[in-house]
Parts: sequence; C-alpha cells; structure tokens
Amino acid sequence: MNEEVKRVLKKPFFNGLRDGIPIGLGYLAVSFSIGLTARNVGMSVFQGFLMSFFNNASAGEVAGVSAMSDGVTYITAALIILVTNARYILMSCAMSQKFSPETPLIHRFLIGFDLTDELFGIAVAYPGYIKPSYMYGAMSFALPMWSIGGMCGIAVGNILSDVIITAMSVAVYGMFLAFIIPPCRNSKSIAIVVISSFIISGLAKIAPVISKASDSLRIIVLTIFISVAAALLFPVEDEKQEAAK
Amino acid sequence: MSGNLYIYIFIMAGISYVLRTLPMVVMRKPLKNKFLKSFLYYLPYVTLTVMTFPAIITATGDYTAGFAALVVGALLAYFTKNLFIVACGCCASVLILSFIH
Repeated sequence: MNEEVKRVLKKPFFNGLRDGIPIGLGYLAVSFSIGLTARNVGMSVFQGFLMSFFNNASAGEVAGVSAMSDGVTYITAALIILVTNARYILMSCAMSQKFSPETPLIHRFLIGFDLTDELFGIAVAYPGYIKPSYMYGAMSFALPMWSIGGMCGIAVGNILSDVIITAMSVAVYGMFLAFIIPPCRNSKSIAIVVISSFIISGLAKIAPVISKASDSLRIIVLTIFISVAAALLFPVEDEKQEAAK
Repeated sequence: MSGNLYIYIFIMAGISYVLRTLPMVVMRKPLKNKFLKSFLYYLPYVTLTVMTFPAIITATGDYTAGFAALVVGALLAYFTKNLFIVACGCCASVLILSFIH
C-alpha cells in the first residue's frame, strides 16, 4: 500500500472534501451556465435551487430545461430524462460493488442522491471498498456548489464574459481525463480499452446512420458494447483488479 | 411553454434518483461471476472516455481550442494525476487560444 492510499484511509471525510473541491469548483461553473439557460424559460431562483439540488446532472438538466422550453408533455419530459440519464443505471451497478458487505443500506440511498459522473469517478479511483464518509466529504462541497451555481446563473444572468464561460465548459472533460488517463499507466488492459473507446466513439460520431443517434443514446450503446468486449478479451482476476488500483 | 415548472422539476429529480439508486440498492451482494465483474470493472473507463470524446472537441464551438484542451488535459493527467490541475489546464488552453484567434 502506498502513502497516498494510507493517507486516504486515515481521514476519509477530509480527503473526500479535498477531492471534492476541484469537482465543486467545476460544478459552480457548469451549473452556472445551466442556470443561464434556465433563466430563459422563466425559472425562479428557488426553482433553480430545487432543480440543481435534486438533479445533480448536467446533461439531464440541460435536456430538462430544453424540454420545458419546448413545452413537451410530462410523459415526454420523463422519457427524455430517462434516456439522458440512463448511464447512471450502469454507474450504479458498478458502484454496487464498491460498498463492503457490512455497509448499512442507508449509505446506498444517500450516496445515490449525488452519484454524479465526477463523484462516481473518484469513487471508482478509491482503493478497494469505499468508505461512505469519503463520499460525504466530497458531496459536502460538490452538492452546495452545484446548487449555488444554478441559483446564481438565474439570479445574476450573464455577468461573466462569454470567453470565460466558453473556457469553463471544458472543465468537466478535464476532470474525466484525470480519471481515465492515470490508470492507463499501470494497467495495459485499461490503456487498450481507453484508447479503443476514444477511437470507436470518434468514429461513431462521424459514421453514417449511427451519428444520427443522440449523444446520450450513443454513450449508452457504446459503453455496453465496448465494456462487454473488454470483459471477454481481458477478464479480470481479483489480484489484478487490486493491482490496478 | 406549457405545464408547471415544479412538476417538470419533480419528474426530473424522481427519475434521476431512481436510476442512480435502484441498481446499487438491489445489487447488494458481491458478484461472483467473472464476466460481470470484468464488465463492471471496465465500464467506468469506457463510459467516461465516450463522454469525453468527441464532446470535448465540440464543447467550445472552436475545434482547435477543443483539440488543444484534449491534448493538454491528457498530458497533464498522465504526468500529474491531479484533478484540479487537469481541469484548470483544459480551461486555460481554451482561454489562451481564444485570445490568439
């Protein structure tokens, strides 16, 4: 066990908080920009708070706000959210294996509330079973930042220059890169899977017919297809799984 | 626009919560099946990669800036492993290019 792992295990809440800070700062920016669009459909600051606090999903909220502005039926809105956020079903399945068998059930209900792409990312990077307090540490900063960002976007409108907002729009992808690239150094199979995913995802975006599908559908289909292929080609031994972490 | 915003927000929140929580509440036992374990082991890397690319290229509306963010972000991630540095590096590269263009 290296020093980093020991340190995280010792003070899980504070280390969660530490890892949650960059996530929360990114959230502030992303949620702010969603708030700007929510303002255009006539959402109040309080409604903006409710939407941010209870959704915690960038793509889902963007899709939801555009559904509101199109004035679709509630059923259609529900289906749009279902498709946009369907990847969380897969993340939740993966997450189910990160709880030790002794963890009380309540933690699954609470951590599920803020199982975002980024918090899922740090949970996956966590060595072995997660400690719930590590997740609460990260959530204690990330969740308020996301909510405040959404409220501010509605309250103040566009005070930041477009240049800044455009630049902030890539922060979330930077976070994803910070999760997927480092494990490639230690695991050849992860490296192959990540590089293949890059190539296949790029091709799917420009290929005829397939590229007509929405981004959220493409993400789900490719995730299942590539993960199945990876599991068949590089089955994971228990020891190997630990080594990669 | 038609419909009540509170109802839309409630629908969004309810569905998001169920999608995120139900699988991990139902699947409480450690999996024994080697294929399923492997599938769930690779899944996070695949899904985050597919979400990043090509979206990072098109996010800013300027493909050069998007490409720069990807290259800078990937290099910083490889060498620093630090989330905050990588996220800032991506934003900074877009910002710098927007002044040059």
